[in-house]
Amino acid sequence: MVDAVILTVSVTALLLAAWCGYAAYRDSPTKDWHFIGMAVVTLAALVQLVVALVQLARGERPDHGMAVFLAYLIGAACTVPAAAFMSLAERTRWGSAIVAAGGVILAVLELRLHEIWGSGHG
Amino acid sequence: MAEDDAGDGSANETGDQAGKPIEENDVTADPSTAGGPEQRQPAAPVRIGTGPGRLLLWLYGIFTVAALSRSIVQISMKFHHAPLAYSLSAVAGVVYAVILVALSKGGESARRVAMVCCSIELVGVVTVGTLTVVDSSAFADSTVWSYYGAGYLLLPLALPVTGLLWLRRAAREAVPAAAGAPVPDAGRQD
Repeated sequence: MVDAVILTVSVTALLLAAWCGYAAYRDSPTKDWHFIGMAVVTLAALVQLVVALVQLARGERPDHGMAVFLAYLIGAACTVPAAAFMSLAERTRWGSAIVAAGGVILAVLELRLHEIWGSGHG
Repeated sequence: MAEDDAGDGSANETGDQAGKPIEENDVTADPSTAGGPEQRQPAAPVRIGTGPGRLLLWLYGIFTVAALSRSIVQISMKFHHAPLAYSLSAVAGVVYAVILVALSKGGESARRVAMVCCSIELVGVVTVGTLTVVDSSAFADSTVWSYYGAGYLLLPLALPVTGLLWLRRAAREAVPAAAGAPVPDAGRQD
């Protein structure tokens, strides 16, 4: 269950990164549609947070440390909203580049989350 | 009336300037041509946290949070396991934090602080990176700078280089403004 959510967040984050990277390449700032995309990725990251908390409450434990797992979960939920606010302040192509970078970083966080959670779960 | 026009013009100009890469102007840093039709005002400080600078600001923000929180966890939970590695991570986090604050603050002195810290960062990542490549047991645990930051998409190596280039360009863009205008303002005809 956790693995499926992690995969979903990773894929949507990379799609967002590609989309906003293309906007930066086209010398375009982030538009309304990009912000809807950011909202979708943020929603996925929040679902991930809830699913992981439910699993923890049911007694499952990450293989490589509870504190680190929680830190990465919270970081993953905050990354795209923070990028969105930064791109609101920067209405140039660099605002799009910021969101693209945020998407890639979220994907890396998901990779680490996957490693910390471990493979010993159903 | 004339004053208002001049004020608006200079404000717009500095606003545009922050976003666009201007390179031709830098080479011909001649005050007589640079301050031609629209004179640049010295009032606007060196903006190093907008345009490409804001992308740097964002990345440094992430690295500050990542490096500091990581080292806080490691130092508080298992400092004796690898004191040197964890102290290095903490130092890296502080350096990132200083650059972050300098970028968001702007101005010439902040730009110099950022230059110094980017240089420290570059020396740190090259030294630690080389040490770990030559002898993988140099540190008891990995740091942000191990293997030139390969665990962090090599960003720890790319960031200081990009940062130094950007800060240098920001300074060159600011030179005409600083050289062109301190006196004319006082000698306005009114």
